[in-house]
Amino acid sequence: MKMISLTIDGISVQVPDGTTILDAAASLGIDVPTFCHDPRLRPDGACRICVVEVEKARSLVTSCSTPVGEGMVVYTDSPSVVEARKEILRLMWANHPYNCLTCEKAGNCKLQDYSYRYGITDEDIQLFAGEKKKHEIDDSNKFYISDQNKCILCGKCVRICGELQCTNAIGRSDRGFTTHITPPFEIKLETSECVSCGNCVSYCPTGALSAKKPVKYREWEVKRVDTTCTYCGVGCQLQLLVKDNRVVGVEPVNGPANEGLLCVKGKFGYNFINHPDRLKTPLIKKDGKFEEASWAEALELVAEKLSETRDKYGPDAVAGLSSARCTNEENYLFQKLMRGAVGTNNVDHCARL
Amino acid sequence: MTNSIKEIDKADTIFVIGSNTTENHPVIGSRIKRAVKNGAKLIVADPRDIELSKHATHSMRLKPGTNIALLNGMMNVIIAEGLQAEEYIKERTENYDELKELVKDYTPEKVEEITGIPAETIKEAARLYATSERSMLFYAMGITQHSTGTQHVFSIANLAMLCGMVGKEGTGVNPLRGQNNVQGACDVGCLPNFMPGYQKVGDPVVMEKFEKAWGTKLSDKVGLTVSEIIHAAEEGKVKTLYIMGENPMVSDPDITHVKKGLENLDFLVVQDIFLTETAELADVVLPAASFAEKDGTFTNTERRVQRIRKAIEPIGQSRADWEIIQDIMNLMGYTQNFKDAAGIMDEIAAVTPQYAGIDYQRLENGSLQWPCPTKDHPGTGYLHSGKFSRGKGLFKPSPYTPADEQPDDKYPLILTTGRVLYHYHTRTMTKRVEGLEALVPESYIEISPYTAGKLSVKDGDTVKVSSRRGEVAVKAKVTDRLDDDVVFMPFHFAEGAANMLTNTALDSIAKIPELKVCAVKVEKV
Repeated sequence: MKMISLTIDGISVQVPDGTTILDAAASLGIDVPTFCHDPRLRPDGACRICVVEVEKARSLVTSCSTPVGEGMVVYTDSPSVVEARKEILRLMWANHPYNCLTCEKAGNCKLQDYSYRYGITDEDIQLFAGEKKKHEIDDSNKFYISDQNKCILCGKCVRICGELQCTNAIGRSDRGFTTHITPPFEIKLETSECVSCGNCVSYCPTGALSAKKPVKYREWEVKRVDTTCTYCGVGCQLQLLVKDNRVVGVEPVNGPANEGLLCVKGKFGYNFINHPDRLKTPLIKKDGKFEEASWAEALELVAEKLSETRDKYGPDAVAGLSSARCTNEENYLFQKLMRGAVGTNNVDHCARL
Repeated sequence: MTNSIKEIDKADTIFVIGSNTTENHPVIGSRIKRAVKNGAKLIVADPRDIELSKHATHSMRLKPGTNIALLNGMMNVIIAEGLQAEEYIKERTENYDELKELVKDYTPEKVEEITGIPAETIKEAARLYATSERSMLFYAMGITQHSTGTQHVFSIANLAMLCGMVGKEGTGVNPLRGQNNVQGACDVGCLPNFMPGYQKVGDPVVMEKFEKAWGTKLSDKVGLTVSEIIHAAEEGKVKTLYIMGENPMVSDPDITHVKKGLENLDFLVVQDIFLTETAELADVVLPAASFAEKDGTFTNTERRVQRIRKAIEPIGQSRADWEIIQDIMNLMGYTQNFKDAAGIMDEIAAVTPQYAGIDYQRLENGSLQWPCPTKDHPGTGYLHSGKFSRGKGLFKPSPYTPADEQPDDKYPLILTTGRVLYHYHTRTMTKRVEGLEALVPESYIEISPYTAGKLSVKDGDTVKVSSRRGEVAVKAKVTDRLDDDVVFMPFHFAEGAANMLTNTALDSIAKIPELKVCAVKVEKV
């Protein structure tokens, strides 16, 4: 593979031909800001926040869409780069609502993060302040809200829906100031082709697309635990967001099977976990009615009945149905119980159903 | 799956048969659509137009239960036109002549009569599959849930081997597993004929190995499958049944018969996270912790072993299933001393060759695909590279046999069943997620405009659907996605349950019920 040598912020680096400046910088641990970039998508260069200075170039270039060149000298943090990024942020603030205090995305918003990083002041925000957008909020979808007043038009949601999820439910509509993201013909999301996978919501850099939260939480309040989705056999990797012993949200993780995508069940189907219907104590049926029982009582009864049936009618009078929803460890132990403790191979599960 | 999900990107042609992928395995469905966008060709065979049909180069809407005829027809075309992988067949397979002999009769014209797919489409699809550099085949329950399910799978393997599409990247025979850990439950031995790692029950060497490892005497008699257990309960041969995390009162065929079986038991234990329809019938219900409340591993459809991690404390007094089982084993005098899930995985690795190299420390650094025979083995992305696990790939020629129950004057329509995107299996979880339940709140039956018209049924009308086993009342959904003599119902619902109607006829080898085809009558009420 042909390697290209270049210098970024004074550090020499060699990267394969075709690498973008953004990725070359990332390989040196340099964090160039991005809104519209996603490594899984074709570069778009829409948001311009990733601009860098390249010696001898006529103007600043978008690092996400510019490939490296032999001998290139790149500055990712020069005064002109910083000023350009600040200007981009000022322009975004020109019509963006100034309500971070109550915005659901606070703490997980790139506009907020970069405004902080580049020291955006009240004056910066006021500099170009003009008319605010007045889009109607679309909360018709069961799982998420589209507030186009908070959209910075990076277009990542459209590309994720089209290029990765391949549903093509949304696109840009109008031109100029009123440009916004919507399903075709301005129909509501609920009646669109949207399958509520939530992949656009997971990667929206601002509060334009946000999940409806059955329980309110702030980003900094939740513990995040990496795990595997409990629905179908694809094995998507995800994070459970936990607040006060309650799963309050799910975010995708870039696992080998899902590469950062989820479906509607994986993303939004978590509320069964803390549902009031959950069984909380063992139950023993007496005279046709369930009564709460202690673990000791219930387990002793089960062990006694299993042993009794085995001793009276032989081990094959006992059978067990294990579960395709339980773990490998639990399934292993279940068949060991049936085979080792009871003495029967009458053990199966719903692989056939 | 013989191959890996990511290899979809490498396939030139993708053949999806009997899998509604975008609804049942949505993230794989998206990946297939993405591959098509990037230039791959797609063949779809299904009794209904599914979302993937819209993206397909060749979409084949076949009559339910006629997959074998279609596959044999494709093989007939491939051999007739000399498109088979001659060298691969010679070097890597056996019994080819017998296959050739069998598929000779399945001319595209004859197959058109059986399946309803135009002969020309069959020819084109066959050529496309056979002549692509890499063809990747996916199937699911549309292939397996038949009284000839095993022959269905043989036919899939026959086609793939005939074209040399097993044992290299971007190809393969790829069943999509419906639930998070069906693969793992099979791997670790929750099957009546296999000990962990598909080691045969009854094989003296295997039994001796496990008797030594587990320190106890074991039965060498093959046990009963799910359906057989229910039968045996009805006959009074099985007296005590322990059900962990299953809901046969919704998921199994002919629910009336299931109920009879379960009610006839002396003792029924159900361990679950909710009081399911099955748990209602139990003598003892044990509250289990959900996946968010415990550590463990799931094995996905591509044989990938991945961690689940405890995120919250168990709800109420619920406990992890393994803790409950261990306590029962100890009370029965068969002492187990596992401290955590990691310890159980160590024992799995010790007795399961495919998992021998897997432990929690390694899994912290990333998932592993079995076979992973040693601690320094990286895992296996695709199977049968170079040669088949059994040596030569064995062609198993399989004739087409019609489904057990055919439509007649009394029950003139074919009912096929499946899932929808917004629900999961018997809905115990998804009905408790408000948004999901709101999107598909009740059972329904899909019926073609012509058939609906004939019955004077309008979209949204309640209809009575009956079969030889039972009857239900559900809403009609009039759609042209299926043929006039076919109707479809999702099986998720306990009310208006599709499985009140389905046939209990079993595949004689795999004992899988024929949930995909039965005869029904639809009437306006």
